[in-house]
Amino acid sequence: MSGGIVARPTTAIPEDQVQRYTFAERAYHWINSIAYTYLLLTGLALFTPLAYWLAYVLGGPATIRYWHPWIGLVYFATIFWMHRMWKRDMQKIPEDEKWSKNLRAYAENRDELMPPQGRFNAGQKQFWWVMFFSTFILLITGIIMWIPEKMPRELHWVLPIIIFIHSATALITIAAFIIHVYMSVWVTPGSVKAMVEGHVSTTWARTHHRLWYEKITGRRN
Amino acid sequence: MSNGNLEIKAISGHAGGTPGGGEYRQADGTTRIGASRDYDVCKLIDTTTCIGCKACEVACVEWNGYEFRETTFDNTYQTMPETAWNFWNLIKFNEVETDGGLQWLMRKDQCMHCEEPGCLIACPADGAIVQYTNGIVDFNQANCIGCQYCVTGCPFNIPKFNDATKKVYKCTLCSDRVGAGLEPACIKSCPTGCLHFGSKEDMKFEAMKRIDQLHANGHANAGIYNPGDPDQKATSPGSIGGTHVIYVLGDARDPEKYGGLPASPSVPIFVKLWKGPLKWLGGIGMVAGVFGVFMHYIRFGPKEVDKAEEVKR
Repeated sequence: MSGGIVARPTTAIPEDQVQRYTFAERAYHWINSIAYTYLLLTGLALFTPLAYWLAYVLGGPATIRYWHPWIGLVYFATIFWMHRMWKRDMQKIPEDEKWSKNLRAYAENRDELMPPQGRFNAGQKQFWWVMFFSTFILLITGIIMWIPEKMPRELHWVLPIIIFIHSATALITIAAFIIHVYMSVWVTPGSVKAMVEGHVSTTWARTHHRLWYEKITGRRN
Repeated sequence: MSNGNLEIKAISGHAGGTPGGGEYRQADGTTRIGASRDYDVCKLIDTTTCIGCKACEVACVEWNGYEFRETTFDNTYQTMPETAWNFWNLIKFNEVETDGGLQWLMRKDQCMHCEEPGCLIACPADGAIVQYTNGIVDFNQANCIGCQYCVTGCPFNIPKFNDATKKVYKCTLCSDRVGAGLEPACIKSCPTGCLHFGSKEDMKFEAMKRIDQLHANGHANAGIYNPGDPDQKATSPGSIGGTHVIYVLGDARDPEKYGGLPASPSVPIFVKLWKGPLKWLGGIGMVAGVFGVFMHYIRFGPKEVDKAEEVKR
């Protein structure tokens, strides 16, 4: 499957380029990114006194306590929609196993050792599922932390555990987030353009996502 | 007592140093914390002489300027089930059956002003909770963000949230009165003298004197409630380093029957894990992660597919 990519006749894609992300995919991705960045910075402010200054930068401590949960809902909603758009592309394919096994070669830019990959490579899929499942954990724990006063007193003993899980899960997403931003902005030039303008060069597509390239172009090289 | 009693010892969510904090050496060679520590203050509550008159409840509400809130009737003498954001001092009434008899136990419930306060440990907001060198743990609502993490850290169910102001409130041990050299309002109102106020050392001495008296009068189980205090850990266990409100209990074997006084209070382990190892591992991990990808970049660099392709052509 090409993941529902349909280039509309009106979409002008330059020569030697193929469409990588539709407008909807780009829009959801960037709403999600902005929401995540806000949640990251405000969350860190409440996580450690060393980052509490961020609370003042972002409008004041009581203000970020008010908005963090609401922006969390925006984040969840966009993750939900991204899941609807990408769930087929995120399924495992047989080549993924070899890709994961050769992860070291990929990290050392010996890409000739890597098996051909579909629309997303195995690493991107792992990133996606980490964020997807973390989002659910963050949502459930976050709602409880939003309105602890509504919780019966007898259940208050779970609150420290809930907060601990929320923080630990957020840290896992931060690890994934650092790698995601680094990979897209620095390691694979062209990725940011793909997510902003929607298209990539045929060379880029053939090199990084050969199976996807062959599928959408019908070409063999 | 002087304003020196309100020198700050610990601040919640605070990254820098503590004004007035830190140890310093005195002329006699001993070290003490804080710039001008006179002595730790302490409230002593002798439950054996409390008559449940609730004068302290009224004095507390009056001094702190709150309206007397609506009471709840549940077939006992208790004003309401637990303390509230604007009702910081509550007498808890408990009927306990004994061998062929009935005990009517009364205990004044309020903030215990822990030496290691769970509320302050859990609080993320810089300066929302402060601990003075005299032992008083005080909330500063101007800095409170209403997250209620303090509620999760408290072993005594004391901080209470006000939904209208989105802030948390609790007993201040009348830090305003103490700072001006006065005793707390509840102490001043007590008609039986079951409430005492002074230095922690004096109050511990008074408590032990009263307990000796009770023992001599046949109350063999009388004892002190000062959980985790280094001097009294054996009889009053806990891991909060002692409290600045201490009780004389007629039966110290089972503090629970005095309106749910925890037998061995501690700051929840997950609060400590989250404010301790997780905070440090997370912080170091994030810095290491960013540094790591930077090192990767200068070692391996980008995957330049387009340029490589151009060169081939």
